[in-house]
Amino acid sequence: MADFGGTELDAFRADTRAWLEANYPPSLHAPMGEDDAPWGGRKMVWKNPDAKLWLDRMAERGWTAPMWPTEYGGGGLSKAQNKVLEQELRRIKARPALMSFGVWMLGPVLLEYATEEQKKQFIPGIVRGETRWCQGYSEPGAGSDLAALQTKCEDKGDHYLINGQKVWTSYADQADWIFCLVRTDTSKKHEGISFVLFDMTTPGVDPRPIKLISGSSPFCETFFDNVKVPKDQLVGKLNGGWDIAKRLLQYERQNISASGFGGGGGLDLIDVAKKEVGVDEAGRIADGDLRARIAAHRMDAHAFALTVRRAEQESRTGKGPSAAVSIIKYAAAKMNQERYELMVEAMGLQGLGWEGEGFSKDELNVTRGMLRSKGNSIEGGTSEVNLNVVAKRVLGLLDHQ
Amino acid sequence: MAVLTEEQTMLRDAAKGWTTDSAPVGALRKLRDSKSGQSFDPTAWAEMGQMGWAGVVVAEEHNGSAFGYLGLGLVLEETGRNLVASPLLSTALIAASALGLAGTDAQKTAWLDKIALGEAVATLAVDEGSHHAPARTALAAVKAGAGFKLNGSKTFVIDGDAADLLIVVARTSGKPGDTDGLTLFLVPGDTAGVTRTHLALADSRGAAQITFTDVSIGSDAVLGEVDKGWTVLEPTLDRAYAGLAAEMLGTASAAFDITLDYLKTRTQFGQVIGTFQALQHRAAKLFTDLETTRSCVEAALEALDAGGDSRALASLAKAKASEVLHLASNEMVQMHGGIGMTDAHDSGLYMKRARVAEALFGGAAFHRDRYARLQGF
Ligand SMILES: Cc1cc2nc3c(=O)[nH]c(=O)nc-3n(C[C@H](O)[C@H](O)[C@H](O)COP(=O)(O)OP(=O)(O)OC[C@H]3O[C@@H](n4cnc5c(N)ncnc54)[C@H](O)[C@@H]3O)c2cc1C
Ligand SMILES: Cc1cc2nc3c(=O)[nH]c(=O)nc-3n(C[C@H](O)[C@H](O)[C@H](O)COP(=O)(O)OP(=O)(O)OC[C@H]3O[C@@H](n4cnc5c(N)ncnc54)[C@H](O)[C@@H]3O)c2cc1C
Repeated sequence: MADFGGTELDAFRADTRAWLEANYPPSLHAPMGEDDAPWGGRKMVWKNPDAKLWLDRMAERGWTAPMWPTEYGGGGLSKAQNKVLEQELRRIKARPALMSFGVWMLGPVLLEYATEEQKKQFIPGIVRGETRWCQGYSEPGAGSDLAALQTKCEDKGDHYLINGQKVWTSYADQADWIFCLVRTDTSKKHEGISFVLFDMTTPGVDPRPIKLISGSSPFCETFFDNVKVPKDQLVGKLNGGWDIAKRLLQYERQNISASGFGGGGGLDLIDVAKKEVGVDEAGRIADGDLRARIAAHRMDAHAFALTVRRAEQESRTGKGPSAAVSIIKYAAAKMNQERYELMVEAMGLQGLGWEGEGFSKDELNVTRGMLRSKGNSIEGGTSEVNLNVVAKRVLGLLDHQ
Repeated sequence: MAVLTEEQTMLRDAAKGWTTDSAPVGALRKLRDSKSGQSFDPTAWAEMGQMGWAGVVVAEEHNGSAFGYLGLGLVLEETGRNLVASPLLSTALIAASALGLAGTDAQKTAWLDKIALGEAVATLAVDEGSHHAPARTALAAVKAGAGFKLNGSKTFVIDGDAADLLIVVARTSGKPGDTDGLTLFLVPGDTAGVTRTHLALADSRGAAQITFTDVSIGSDAVLGEVDKGWTVLEPTLDRAYAGLAAEMLGTASAAFDITLDYLKTRTQFGQVIGTFQALQHRAAKLFTDLETTRSCVEAALEALDAGGDSRALASLAKAKASEVLHLASNEMVQMHGGIGMTDAHDSGLYMKRARVAEALFGGAAFHRDRYARLQGF
């Protein structure tokens, strides 16, 4: 890290390394299973108590939210220090201490828009993983057109009264609190939306899981029937929620892109293809057509990775977000879907099992992973809408009149 | 649409009426949710048999109607539209074709008569791995006394659990990869030494893995000639490719129609989403692909009815149908947005059937390769 250099940073690295060595629980070196995800919250059942210990140790230093101010429990690290921390965590292949919509999405906007009391009330619980949050945005009639949302929020003097329905509220049935967009003025579209927070145990809140084409899912439809919300749980101005909503969506897309959707079921496409369709005398994947398409995919994925790296470098050197940022979510979705489709094709019918005998766990995961990946170009804003945004905001093209 | 005879039109309309009323997509959903492990609903199949659909390509002297492959293609397209789970493909198309092409009078009387009435389920047991590779057959048939002994296994045999008759592709000489040295055998499903395991595929229809352990059969079980099985197998598979392509065309057309309907009704940003050019052009392009695929499917079926070499057309049809169904099923989910991702919506059923049908009897890559080889490049 020559660009940031400095002995102070070197000292920070040394301290961090030593601390991690002393504090990272050895039992967490095993790969993290799906049901090991450290979401925190009141309903969390810690399969491995060391995972909880890891969370507590990290939270104590504020390293679950390393760059947030220390007065709310954050780590107070600089960008450069945070980079070092990330590198050191990656070096020991540490599991995440906490996975959290609070850290990824809500916290940043609270820091920007919430009152001092609200920050004190909510942020420390996010950092410590005590409160698990879910996102109440989409509605059946308000998807791409999020501002069309109808969930009604009425001022009843000493409280708000909320009625309506949300959909796609991930983990709503596991969450403690919700950040929710509601309509407080029906005479305007964007300027009639407010951003409120409330406890999921409030009477009248009813989350129901939705099954996806890939099987059971963490998604819910969430119904609100006369839900009473204290007025001090409104964030920002009344009818001023849209700006907060949009800012939060930026954080969401950033997080989705950064995750790259992680696809492929942990398998290597080329290994699978070689095994399943065989190799020719020269050791190439025997099916030339499939091989050519895998090669094209690999090159696209390589180009994508280089683009992500370039975008990161440009933003670090202070040139601001590059135009590439806008296409990353779109490209990441496409990449992940392609990888799964090729994986299924390479496996043939063996990659299309649903359950039961005759299929390995990996094979079944690939079938369902391929189906789930179809949501990548829908969740967090559809690919069409993302491309519209690029066309309008980046390229300066106007709507057809 | 090909120019249909009056009889063909009646057949298609009957198929459309019955599938819409008696076997809509909801029937597949019910079959799936019943967790019975069945690949199809026997009651529905019995009705299809009563309507004569099992005998469309069977000669009249064996209870069939000899309506030909275009006729059966019309029915398959309609059942494909509603994702009807039935042994129409395995039994009425593939097994009936093989028996019709090469069966002795005795074999036809024993099996084809029942098949045509929908009273017997029959299937071709050909592939031994996850990819369609008929010449790579390794299952061994060794002469034993007056007959043969079969040892080996087959997988992804459609309707294999339920089949009364397995038409087994075996190797009597040569090595895997050779087209010479194959022999087809008629093996009743309940023959000693035959073990079947149900494979639950994503499309909820299922297939079987079948092992043959010292299965003894008589010489009268040979369909066609010993070692010359390829001359029966290849034309049988061409019928499978073309017929499955017809079914897939129906599936893709229905996926398209449902999507088009949604484009005309779903509102976002104060307008129906079909007004967005980003979606309009893709719908128009998909429509173009469906039309060109229809030409290929119909040409392949007509060529089969006319006799002569229909190999390249059959592969053309299966390749194009695989491509268009892949696209149509993806677009169905994408253009429906989030609702298309939910199990409660039919999009997922179409996508799952699409992927299985694409892979069955060779995917687009297999058929592109075969097409090129047949054309000598
Ligand atoms: C797996 C998954 C996870 C999700 N997670 C969450 C979550 O955690 N929280 C949450 O709030 N929401 C979540 N969503 C909802 C998601 O944000 C919406 O589904 C998405 O914004 C699309 O909205 P819609 O489903 O209403 O589709 P619609 O908006 O009805 O779109 C239908 C089709 O029309 C297209 N379209 C719409 N408008 C335009 C336009 N102007 N130009 C061109 N094409 C257009 C769309 O791209 C799509 O193809 C999730 C969705 C999925 C599938
Ligand atoms: C080789 C050649 C031969 C030709 N021969 C003849 C001839 O014999 N007689 C004759 O009269 N003309 C002829 N033309 C002219 C031709 O018809 C026009 O070029 C054509 O109609 C496009 O018009 P334009 O060039 O003004 O492009 P524009 O109309 O300006 O189009 C520019 C771009 O915008 C796109 N576009 C325009 N409107 C829309 C829309 N609503 N939605 C989406 N995209 C849109 C176009 O597809 C194109 O990509 C010929 C042109 C060529 C190139």
